[in-house]
Order: sequence, then C-alpha cells, then structure tokens
Amino acid sequence: MSGQNQRLNVVPTVTMLGVMKARLVGATRGHALLKKKSDALTVQFRQILKKIVSTKESMGDVMKASSFALTEAKYVAGENIKHIVLENVQTATLKVRSRQENIAGVKLPKFDYFTEGETKNDLTGLARGGQQIQLCRAAYVKAIEVLVELASLQTSFLTLDEAIKTTNRRVNALENVVKPRIENTITYIKGELDELEREDFFRLKKIQGYKKREIERQMAAAKNFAEEQAAEHLSLKRGISLHSAQDILSSEKDEDIIF
Amino acid sequence: MAGRAQIPTKSSALIAMIADEDTITGFLLAGVGNVDLRRKTNYLIVDSKTTVKAIEDAFKEFTTKEDVAIVLISQYVANMIRFLVDSYNTPIPAILEIPSKDHPYDPAHDSVLSRVKYLFSAESVASDRR
Repeated sequence: MSGQNQRLNVVPTVTMLGVMKARLVGATRGHALLKKKSDALTVQFRQILKKIVSTKESMGDVMKASSFALTEAKYVAGENIKHIVLENVQTATLKVRSRQENIAGVKLPKFDYFTEGETKNDLTGLARGGQQIQLCRAAYVKAIEVLVELASLQTSFLTLDEAIKTTNRRVNALENVVKPRIENTITYIKGELDELEREDFFRLKKIQGYKKREIERQMAAAKNFAEEQAAEHLSLKRGISLHSAQDILSSEKDEDIIF
Repeated sequence: MAGRAQIPTKSSALIAMIADEDTITGFLLAGVGNVDLRRKTNYLIVDSKTTVKAIEDAFKEFTTKEDVAIVLISQYVANMIRFLVDSYNTPIPAILEIPSKDHPYDPAHDSVLSRVKYLFSAESVASDRR
C-alpha cells in the first residue's frame, strides 16, 4: 500500500514523540466517534429507505383514488369544471412549511403542509355536483399529504446519502491514511531516539575508557614522581643532590654563552 | 462542511407542478395553485401541444425559485426531460415524480426510486459481508 511507508516530516525528538502520541490518541478517538456517527446515520438511512418504498407504493393508490374522484366530479359537474377551477386560481391556500431536524449532526429537512385562508373553490359546483367536488378536493388534499411526506423523506434520503458518504470517507481516511502515518512517524521517532541513545551510550563508554586510561597514566606518573622524590630525599640526606649534584670539574668545557 | 447545500427554513413555501390538465385541476381544487403579481403561475399544464423546451424552462424556473419547496412532475413529463431530472441533485426543492391518469406509474424510471432500489441491493450485499 502506498500509505504504509509514509510518515510525517518531523524532527525526531522526545517532544515530537509526545505530540505524535497525542495526535494518535486524538485520531483514534475521532475515528471511533465518526464510526458511531456513521452507524447512527446508516440506521436512520435504512429506516428512511423502507419508508420511502412503502410511501411510494401508497402514493400510487392515493393518486389513483384522487384521479377517480376527479373523474366522478367531472361526470357530475360537467366537463367545464376545470375551466372554473383554472380561472379561480389566485393565491395558494395550501402551502408547505419546511423545518430542520437534527440527526447526529446532520440537518434534515422536513416538510409540513398547512392550509391558509379559504379556497376560492368553495362555490365551485354550486349548481350541481358540489358534493362530488368537495370529495374530490378532499381526495387531492390527502394526496398532497402523502406527497409532502414523500418529499421530505426523499430530501432526507438525498441529504443523508451525502452525509453518510462524507462520514464514511472521513472514517476511512482516518483509519487508512492518518493513523498509519502517525504510527509510522512514532516508530520512526522511536527508532531514531534509540539510535541516538546507543550513540550516546557508546560515546559515554568511549569517554569512560579514555578517562580510565588517563587516570592510570596520571597514577603511574604520580607514582614515578613519588619514587623520584623519595630517591632525591634519600640522596639529599646523604649530601648529594641527585639531579643538581653535577660534577662541575669533571664536566667538559661548557659552551660559551654569548649575550 | 462547505459542499453541503444550505437548507432554508421557511414558514411558507409553494408546491409547483408540471403535469397534465386533469392532475393540475385536481391539485388546484385542493388549493395549491398560486398566481403571483406578474401573472406567473406555479404550475404548467402539459398537453400534446406543449414543447419540450417549455417544459425544460418551467422545470428550471421552478427548481430555481426560492419559494418553491416541492416540485411535482408527472412521470411521463419527467421522461421527456429525463436528463434534467436526473442531473438535478439539490435537496430543496424536492422533485417528486407522480403517476398520471393516462400513464401507468413505472417505478423503474423514477430517479430517486431507482437509486433506492440500487442502494437496497447494495446494502443487502454489504450487510452480508459485515
């Protein structure tokens, strides 16, 4: 794998090791949390999937019922009913309210429908077929109810899908890229620190050996010196200086000293 | 998250429609219809004379309008502008494909339902693997 041998470009120091360890802990915790989030979202997602499928199926029935109601209304009230309806359009009385629902940090839209004011179609079909028209109206309001529910499910589905993808991408990135990289960095720093320690140890050993030899040398020198001292002392007692008691007479001619 | 679309919270929004005359009549009867100050309607009646261009324009207009929360579109109309519907992927407004009286509803064509079905099969495979 390409991510296996990668490591962060850091100076191998003890401080950096601490920082890296902290980061590894953070990455692990983040990974666990994101995993939990992803699981929660997936649970929600499955529920929504099931609901969508069942609502889509019920939508077919509801639409069929409302179409049938419209046909009935047309039959009773005459074909020109649609012209009256189309003429009467002014402002919407049936509207949609959207709000947000928060699921594991993901905001999902939810739609509610509500009626506002009264419809202009109240008097439609006053002459004939009024009851059928009101039934038809009720059927279509019911259809709207189902459709609005379906719409909120569908938008939740799209939003959740996106959110799950992002979360899973993050989980995988943490698991397969960030964590191995940090672990590699930690091993690298540890290896490097061990290397340094060995070097240091070796150097210390060297210095110790050198010091030992030095001390031995000094000891030997001191011993020599002491022996010499003792010898001189002895000779002084006898009246001869060992070093300075040079026989001037016996010595040959000195070299001339020219100032 | 930068890529995620903002979800506006509004107290009231409209339902737009692109469908055949009967479906529109029914929903208008329920009180969905709206005509704004410029005499623009929030629905488009599709008959045999309506061009694909007009449907495309209406679809684009409804999906970009701020006060539209849901766009209802008859499935056979959606099939005419399938490429637009399939490439549409913003959560709001939500696109809903509805069956119409003359054309039976085919779940295989629905852009969302096909994704749902696809995910269902993929998920069942994934859950087996886990």
